[in-house]
Amino acid sequence: MSWWSRIANVLRPDRLSREIDEELQLHIEEAIAQGRDPAEARRALGSALRLREESRDLRLVAWLDSLRADAIFGWRQVMKNKATSAAAILSLALGIGACTSAFRLIDALLLRPLPVSEPEQLYALARQGIDFDGKVRTGDSWAYPAFRLMRAAVKDQAELIALSYSERTDLTYGSDAETEKAYRQYVSGWMFNSFGLRPAAGRLFTESDDLKPGAHPYAVLSYDYWTSRFGRDPKVIGRTFRIGNDLYEIIGVGPERFTGTEPGTVIDIFIPTMMHPAVQRSDVSWIRTLARVKPGVALEPLRAKLGAISRAFEEDRSKGFGNKQLAEFLLSLRLFLEPAAAGISDLQNDYRASLVALGVLVGLVLLIACANVANLMTAQAASRAREMALRVSIGAGRARLVQLVLVESAWLAFLSAALGGVFAWWSAPLVVSMINPPHNPARLFLPADWRVLGFGLLLTVGVMLLFGLAPALRASAIKPVSALKGGEDPHSRRRLMHALIAVQTAFCFLVLFVAGLFVATFQRLSNRPTGFSLERILTLETVTVSPQPPAFWDQVAEHLRTVPGVETVGLANSVLLGGWSWSNFISVNGAPPNNVLAYLLQASPGWIDAMKIPLIDGRDFRPADTYPGFAIVNRTFAKSYFNGVDPVGKSFEVVFSGSTRLRFECVGLVGDVTYRDIRGPILPQAYFPFHSIDAKGALQPIEQGTFIVRTSRANPLALASTLRREVPRARPEFRVSNIRTQTEINQSHTVRERLLARLAFFFGVVALLLAGIGLYGVLDYSVLQRRREIGIRMALGAQAGDIARRVTVDVFSMVLGGALAGLALGFAAARYVQTLLYQVKPTDPSMMALPALTILAAALLAALPPVIRAVRIDPAKTLRTE
Amino acid sequence: MPKPDSLQGSLDLLVLKILSRRPRLHGYAIMTAIQGMSGEVLRAEEGSLYPALHRMDEEGWIRAQWIINDTGRRARLYELTAAGKKQLAAQEMRWQVVTAAVNRVLRMA
Repeated sequence: MSWWSRIANVLRPDRLSREIDEELQLHIEEAIAQGRDPAEARRALGSALRLREESRDLRLVAWLDSLRADAIFGWRQVMKNKATSAAAILSLALGIGACTSAFRLIDALLLRPLPVSEPEQLYALARQGIDFDGKVRTGDSWAYPAFRLMRAAVKDQAELIALSYSERTDLTYGSDAETEKAYRQYVSGWMFNSFGLRPAAGRLFTESDDLKPGAHPYAVLSYDYWTSRFGRDPKVIGRTFRIGNDLYEIIGVGPERFTGTEPGTVIDIFIPTMMHPAVQRSDVSWIRTLARVKPGVALEPLRAKLGAISRAFEEDRSKGFGNKQLAEFLLSLRLFLEPAAAGISDLQNDYRASLVALGVLVGLVLLIACANVANLMTAQAASRAREMALRVSIGAGRARLVQLVLVESAWLAFLSAALGGVFAWWSAPLVVSMINPPHNPARLFLPADWRVLGFGLLLTVGVMLLFGLAPALRASAIKPVSALKGGEDPHSRRRLMHALIAVQTAFCFLVLFVAGLFVATFQRLSNRPTGFSLERILTLETVTVSPQPPAFWDQVAEHLRTVPGVETVGLANSVLLGGWSWSNFISVNGAPPNNVLAYLLQASPGWIDAMKIPLIDGRDFRPADTYPGFAIVNRTFAKSYFNGVDPVGKSFEVVFSGSTRLRFECVGLVGDVTYRDIRGPILPQAYFPFHSIDAKGALQPIEQGTFIVRTSRANPLALASTLRREVPRARPEFRVSNIRTQTEINQSHTVRERLLARLAFFFGVVALLLAGIGLYGVLDYSVLQRRREIGIRMALGAQAGDIARRVTVDVFSMVLGGALAGLALGFAAARYVQTLLYQVKPTDPSMMALPALTILAAALLAALPPVIRAVRIDPAKTLRTE
Repeated sequence: MPKPDSLQGSLDLLVLKILSRRPRLHGYAIMTAIQGMSGEVLRAEEGSLYPALHRMDEEGWIRAQWIINDTGRRARLYELTAAGKKQLAAQEMRWQVVTAAVNRVLRMA
């Protein structure tokens, strides 16, 4: 008989009994028809009932039948206490859902192998060394010529694949006016082949598409881009698009599940590495390297070989350096191989620690919820002690009782899991959308496949055993004699509940403590002064078809100043904190440069005014000032190179690699601003005029720049579409490629901290709520259990305060013990989240006081109702009812 | 002490053998067939026949089916499955081995 019909039998027992009865009845009829005595025939057949039971037991798997009975009984128990069941299910669902959600994110970003053949053979190359500040630096970028040498050297042991860092680029399928953005990645021509990928349309690159610099203007689209941009139109093959001045032809579409090698970014367009402008340059590092190591090849010799090649390359290259430290740093680098089955991306590095920390936090919240439900079940088991005792005395076995209670737990667990699944389905994409700033969202595929379902199932069963096993074993160990007499040792049950309260408090403290650290980090980062005013500032990243004379740029800026709603306009290479940076060594009075790098920016007259950077001494640039020649520097620059003396009127030289030096005169001194990122120290900065001249004194045309527009509107974005239109109206060669508010740019530096702070705060509140409910439940139960004792004490003259103290003292000592344990856990955990913190010390008393006070307040609040109930007990009434 | 006419565990073998010769019998017919073919020596205990049939159905050796017979009454007929045929061969073999062994013992004693 199939399993299905067995299960069907369990669900339709009546029908089965009827069939067996009918068959036996027919047997007797047959016997009578053969002329036998009816009574004798019946006797020969034996008791019909016994036969039926015997047959039925065979046909039904016995425990399935009992399981069904338990499931029905368990469901009734769940429905009997609707409010408590709902609370239990909701809190567990939140815990399970949050854990599943965290798992989905961690899995999608860090664990899930790339959809390529044998992903476990993939390793990423990286190198690490100590730079001249004594800081450990890790990098995974190489120049293409170095890659080429390494590839040739290890050809027999591994296939090396070059991949550029993905970037969002401007491209157009038609005129310049129709420019759009897409993620582009340069990849080795042999990548698709090595990954074992097949095209969804057209063809993919091969090695012969990646041979000669600049000779392969072909593109492969990702399946995702093909779908979203072209609706899977097969006619897209052969179409062309333009990036800058380069025309590319689409030759194929990648397979459906392949989105590139960078989890968090979905590549739109793949281009052969040979098309990269810097493919022949030894001084530009722009590729990552993946190695597909052949089976049976030992890693260490391979690593050593690659390391030696890379070092020889750097040694050769650094001979031309004017700077000794840089050469020393490059030669100190040690190469290593990291498993990269899940791909490599910046998002992985940025969010690994954060996601794991969040995963642990939500795991703790789930454990708190489990402790609550365990206490709830224990309390309920107490009121069912008589029922259990009765079951034992009429012959129920121990295993049978364990099953009975566990099935009830299973109801709670699986109902919670269903609800939690919905929560995870909704929340994981929400968290992904909170990663990265809005104009450049992270995209992570979050499939709900067997990995996620398996995790959810394991979690649910684990949760069920966690909160259900102890009450189940306790129920099964019941001694009918003592239970039916009116109760066994009531303290043993309370001891378990109290221990769970301590555990809950410890976990709750830990969650609040870590949440506090994250929130403080976010606050300190957000409140760190940037040195400029970001209010009402709109930044217009602008590009031109071909490099344009500086006068045209001034003309556009002048036009923008006339737009209603615009206060001031400045022009610079880039925005502050926009991720762009340009740095070099500085020499004063011809001396050799010190080790401090200065950060540079070209800006027009009026730029410091638009940014509201305070001018301390000297003057702003004048329209006639040019680069090289004039400079405005900040205070830190003066401190780093002029010993803090006002440098206005003095000169310095910028030392470029090689022996080129350019001379600048300081015309102004300005306040410090954050340049590259919000976290780091303030860097020495020098600003140069936006207009550049070459060696012969001719003005250089400019291809891209950023207009900084301070508007008079509270919401600068209201002007965005107007300004986007006005730029080409001023000069048709100009086009705005990106508009952002300075506020958005600044906030993009704290996205991770904001995400951590928000989620940690949310789960902190949930943990506190759950722990509070748990405490309330236990106190309430203990007051209910001890009402006789309290009644007697009151009858004997105990005061209300005395009663309150007696009721709460045990529980509060547990809370105190738990909080201390939580504090210890917190200190231990702080080490692991250290890298995620900014200017926050875990040992700071205020960091500890906050969770402690919060828990104390919550505990007092939770204890209030039960204590009031205890002191209001009317001894006369209580004692009479007993 | 087992009764002299009891089948002593060989009921399965007999039921399978009978169903292999004459498929589609109901319980009563199987019982009378055992009696008839053994020359009234063997008698299936009526009380143990049905649990045995249900057990073998469960094991997948035989298949049961409700039909309406010529007289318009419902009847439950049993027939052998492929697994049942294998089982029959195995049990027959075992029976031969055991009886041969018993016979040897009897001859020597």
